[in-house]
Amino acid sequence: MKTYTNTGSKDTRSGFGAGLTELGKTNENVVALCADLTGSLKMDEFKANHPERFFQIGIAEANMIGIAAGMTIGGKIPFTGTFANFSTGRVYDQIRQSVAYSDKNVKICASHAGVTLGEDGATHQILEDIGLMKMIPGMTVINTCDYNQTKAATLAIAKHEGPVYLRFGRPKVANFTPENGTFEIGKAVKLTEGNDVTIVATGHLVWEALEAAKALNEAGVSAEVINIHTIKPLDDKAILDSVGKTGCIVTAEEHNYLGGLGESVARVLSQNKPAPQEFVATKDTFGESGTPAQLMDKYGLNSDAIINAAKTVLKRK
Amino acid sequence: MPNTQKLKDLTTQVRRDILRMVHKVNSGHPGGSLGCAEFFVSLYQDIMETKDNFNMDGDGEDLFFLSNGHISPVYYSVLARSGYFPVDELNTFRLINSRLQGHPTTHEGLPGIRIASGSLGQGMSVAIGAAQTKKLNNDDHLVYSLHGDGELQEGQNWEAIMYASAKKIDNLISTIDLNGQQIDGSTDSVLPMGSIKGKFEAFGWTVVEIEEGNDIEAVLEGMAEAKSLTGKGKPICVLLKTVMGNGVDFMMHTHAWHGKAPNDEQLKTGLSQNPETLGDY
Repeated sequence: MKTYTNTGSKDTRSGFGAGLTELGKTNENVVALCADLTGSLKMDEFKANHPERFFQIGIAEANMIGIAAGMTIGGKIPFTGTFANFSTGRVYDQIRQSVAYSDKNVKICASHAGVTLGEDGATHQILEDIGLMKMIPGMTVINTCDYNQTKAATLAIAKHEGPVYLRFGRPKVANFTPENGTFEIGKAVKLTEGNDVTIVATGHLVWEALEAAKALNEAGVSAEVINIHTIKPLDDKAILDSVGKTGCIVTAEEHNYLGGLGESVARVLSQNKPAPQEFVATKDTFGESGTPAQLMDKYGLNSDAIINAAKTVLKRK
Repeated sequence: MPNTQKLKDLTTQVRRDILRMVHKVNSGHPGGSLGCAEFFVSLYQDIMETKDNFNMDGDGEDLFFLSNGHISPVYYSVLARSGYFPVDELNTFRLINSRLQGHPTTHEGLPGIRIASGSLGQGMSVAIGAAQTKKLNNDDHLVYSLHGDGELQEGQNWEAIMYASAKKIDNLISTIDLNGQQIDGSTDSVLPMGSIKGKFEAFGWTVVEIEEGNDIEAVLEGMAEAKSLTGKGKPICVLLKTVMGNGVDFMMHTHAWHGKAPNDEQLKTGLSQNPETLGDY
């Protein structure tokens, strides 16, 4: 089984910051907007390098999304930055009408997604944002797994014409994807080959899926791990090819099981090749205060949860 | 001063267009549309510098954003009669497969439209963004926007109003259609807003008042004054006092025709008060 090495834990938001810094130097049309969370979003370096292209909006997310939509008229590529909760639920109608329905090239970049935001608690821990964004026609939805991939995705979405929701997080997590790797929107990445069970994971759960696959392998179960960084458009073929081989699947995401990656996968399977599926996700609940690790454990979002889900789904084959 | 008789004739024709469009599909918003006919005609025929061929980026020309998208009939009529698309297309307003949706959108590719609007309160933020891009691009053209007075009840406007003065967006002229009416009644009966002029001034804007917003000369003069005040470090607010339903006697001074179409008899009466000038579509 192919194994991966953590080259040093880093936060995915810093990958976004690094990508934005690079874009500042390479693409003069890139502008950045922030609603009073510049440090948290790691936008400081872009701001320092290009003060004329950085727009501090204040605590006014609706205004930020509208301004971003307007800035595209004349050729700018706006990257908005705030927490995932304030990037989506708070401004849903602004994104729907002024950005997506208006076909505007805005990149909505959202940090602190999911329960790993930690101690601030449920007011800030959105677990519904993937669902909200994937339902909007024309919206591309990306959830990256580590620092390197987040940086690569940030660079890639600047080249993509159209609205994008880029979701990443707060805590330091394993960094294991290639440095300066290519990022192809909508293209799943197969991390391990396996024959018994498919594990499709997104975001922080990808590393957990690799850990789970290692343990399953030791127990004689061959797991195929797929990193689905793009939830919309979904790489249907990668999922169907893998399930065609393994005959069952576990989906893993730091998101509600209603409306998330799991439901998108279930749709693809039910339309093409019905197969047993288990969901590693939060079960229609809000989060709470705690450390990221405690919360991932309590809400069943770690490698142990994936191992258990794999054992369950194998019995259903 | 331009040939105002020509503009008055066009305004009368625009009123006929509005009445006929909403009558045909028995839906749409004639009241606010009729009240803003002089404003749109002035803007597109005289005030704004625009290019002949529509291009979304609008480099090197003035831009306009309609925030209160429900008054699409007046917008469509004036765009068509200013050459953005064939006047005959007004026949398709609100019909299936039309580019002239109930509320304006870029989604169907209608020339002249740069943002979707309808869900209220979003247009000023968009206009500010476009104005900031003009500054980044060293394009000294202006950005105009129009908003309903009732629409100011939406909170996003006040985020935008606060931001525009703080960031010295002085290439923006935002006009408020002060007709004092909204769907449920007068603005004073629904949610009294106090002095809108005082609020904009307190937020750091320069305010220009046009007392006779249905008098084309007054609109031209007021908008020219607004233009002359741009580039001085402050955004410009124009308070345009209009009469909802202007030009059709039974539609005037009431909220009743905010979103209701005339029947056959009422259409006949309305058209008789606005004789054909440039020819119906």
